[in-house]
Amino acid sequence: MADRAQPIGPGGAFGVAVAAAIPFVILVTTGAILWVAEPGEGLGGADLAALRFTLWQALLSALISVSLAVPVARALARQVFWGRNLLVTLLGAPFLLPVIVAIFGLLAVFGRGGVLNAALTGLGLEPVSIYGLHGVVLAHVFFNLPLATRLILQGWQDIPSERFRLAATLGMDARAVNRHLEHPMLRQVVPSATLVIFVLCTTSFAVALTLGGGPKATTVELAIYQAVRFEFDLSRAAMLSLVQLMITVVVALLALRLVRQAGFRPGIDRQRRRWDGGTGIIRAQDGVVLTGVTVFLLLPITLVLLRGVAEIPGLPGVVWASALRSLGVALCSTILVVVMSVAMSVAATRLGRFSRWVETAGLMAVAASPLVLGTGLFVLVHPIIDPGRLALPVTALVNALVTLPFALRAILPACKTIEDDFGRLATSLNLTGWARLRLLVLPRLRRPIWFSAGLAAALSMGDLGVIALFADPDGATLPLQVYRLMGAYRMDDAAGASVLLLLLSFTLFWVFDRRARDVEP
Amino acid sequence: MLNLDDIGFARNGFRLTADFQVPGPGITAVIGPSGGGKSTLLSLIAGFETPDAGRILVNNQDITADPPGDRPVAILFQDNNLFPHLDVLANVALGESPRVRPTPATLARSKDALSRVGLEGAEHRHPRDLSGGQQSRAALARILLTDRPVVLMDEAFSALGPALRTDMLELVKTLLPNATILMVTHDPEDAKRIADHVIFVDGGTVEAPVETDDFFANPHDALARYLT
Repeated sequence: MADRAQPIGPGGAFGVAVAAAIPFVILVTTGAILWVAEPGEGLGGADLAALRFTLWQALLSALISVSLAVPVARALARQVFWGRNLLVTLLGAPFLLPVIVAIFGLLAVFGRGGVLNAALTGLGLEPVSIYGLHGVVLAHVFFNLPLATRLILQGWQDIPSERFRLAATLGMDARAVNRHLEHPMLRQVVPSATLVIFVLCTTSFAVALTLGGGPKATTVELAIYQAVRFEFDLSRAAMLSLVQLMITVVVALLALRLVRQAGFRPGIDRQRRRWDGGTGIIRAQDGVVLTGVTVFLLLPITLVLLRGVAEIPGLPGVVWASALRSLGVALCSTILVVVMSVAMSVAATRLGRFSRWVETAGLMAVAASPLVLGTGLFVLVHPIIDPGRLALPVTALVNALVTLPFALRAILPACKTIEDDFGRLATSLNLTGWARLRLLVLPRLRRPIWFSAGLAAALSMGDLGVIALFADPDGATLPLQVYRLMGAYRMDDAAGASVLLLLLSFTLFWVFDRRARDVEP
Repeated sequence: MLNLDDIGFARNGFRLTADFQVPGPGITAVIGPSGGGKSTLLSLIAGFETPDAGRILVNNQDITADPPGDRPVAILFQDNNLFPHLDVLANVALGESPRVRPTPATLARSKDALSRVGLEGAEHRHPRDLSGGQQSRAALARILLTDRPVVLMDEAFSALGPALRTDMLELVKTLLPNATILMVTHDPEDAKRIADHVIFVDGGTVEAPVETDDFFANPHDALARYLT
């Protein structure tokens, strides 16, 4: 449509400014890194090893997650059973689960004193160690198997139900359905799901921090952290940041083409009637798969809860103080995300054909590794002020930038729908500027806004990234505090703090998301 | 009086020309094949599109450069005429005070308009709780409140059944005796039943209005093809 352009107005101008600020922050931090990096030194052997390890563990994690997800998704797609919707919901939970809590749970199962090793030594077998490559991959599979399952399940749901009916009337068995309907779908969905998970695994700092380490299992981001924290070698940190930046940019560009359809589309908890899941062998096989994945996902968290709930009342004061700090960071970050994403969405809608620029600015935040942003900010501020004093504001800001793409994905399309449905009516009523925002846009955006707020709050609450880079001994957030307690082998306190963190993250999400659900259509 | 003075408009390979005037109050039906330019014509008058050439005048006032909200023109769309999150009263009151909170006087006039369209007592219901016909009535109440001399209806009641649509058109005619109404419709019967004049739009050419009886009594070739 060649509509008369809407005046951009102060609100829209603010949105454009926000959109412009994102590449600006990324450029300034990258500039700071380039300034400090000394390319003469080049990359050492340890740096190359870190690069290799980063790519290798991400590849393994992606391949294993997706190969395990295919049978799980298939079972969910063709079996009807009590608790199916609950299981699908459970598959969405790891996205909000604080990484450090999951790791504590995985240690309780697979760690030195964990359930698995207790069983192995009981049988007279050698205990296994969770640290190193397989630990990192295990944790990544724990987080990404559910995501992969949801993505692939979406593919199954997208096959029109008429085709399954046709297959049933033609008398196709499970194998024929597989060949004619499912394989073509999987060929489309699996590569993009693999790539998404590969991207996520190249930038997952907390897993590498807790389960990696040493010359054989250090990711680039972990090496950056160590260079800043332990060696205080900012030029090496800067070189590594450039390497990480290249990984994320290349992979993000690849991913952008493929990831359009991925996301939180509604409807995957809807069950459709299928006719090919009936035979006993197939039902048994699906039952084993689903039980296995449920145990794999629930056991670690259950163990954390069992161990930690009773410890909460006796938690030391530092833990409570860090919880308050985390709440503050999460709320600031949430407000930032909501203000930025609404302003950017409004600006994008008003700009008409220039809206792609605003959207691209939002997506740039995906490519920015939080730790690289953090390193850049660290380089910038440390000559002026002690970085420890800025730990919380920087964490809130970086968390907001990282969540922004998710919020934009919810808010921007909603904003465009509002304009399509009601834009002309509002314009003909002279409903412009602030009044348009107050009477039309904000009320109709309530649902995506509250949902984004829930996401932002939970993600920021559980984040263990830049804060590790910046925090001084008495400025920790709750996730960092859990990490420190684990490092000090104060496992009871760590368990209690983990449960507290878990409760806070999910409560924040629940409180906000419930408001989104309360909004009437 | 509505006057389109030598209007020329081109977008994406589509061209529209219009040069006509609607002399006074009454209903003028706009009919013609899909894609012929009916909606574009309304968009130009409402101000959603700007013509490349020519002037649009209402009561001899040039409104060509005015933004949509400042024009003496109200519009009813096919759907989405009400904001779903606001109650009926708030929706109607927007017709008078879109930028500030409605005053008690505005609210009183809004209630009055609602009772004139037969919706007394529905002030605090939301659009989703109203039937299609009631929603149309609420939108019409807002048009009454806006009190603008030109009213455009872009297939406004086409989602309603035939009997209900006829009722609504009669209501429009009764309640807006002084307005110049342009009504896009797909149903020539609507035009026969209610319109004083008819404008035929085909292939980007807007013909001058013709009296309804003449229009249907002596159709020219293109019109005859459209009507059969």
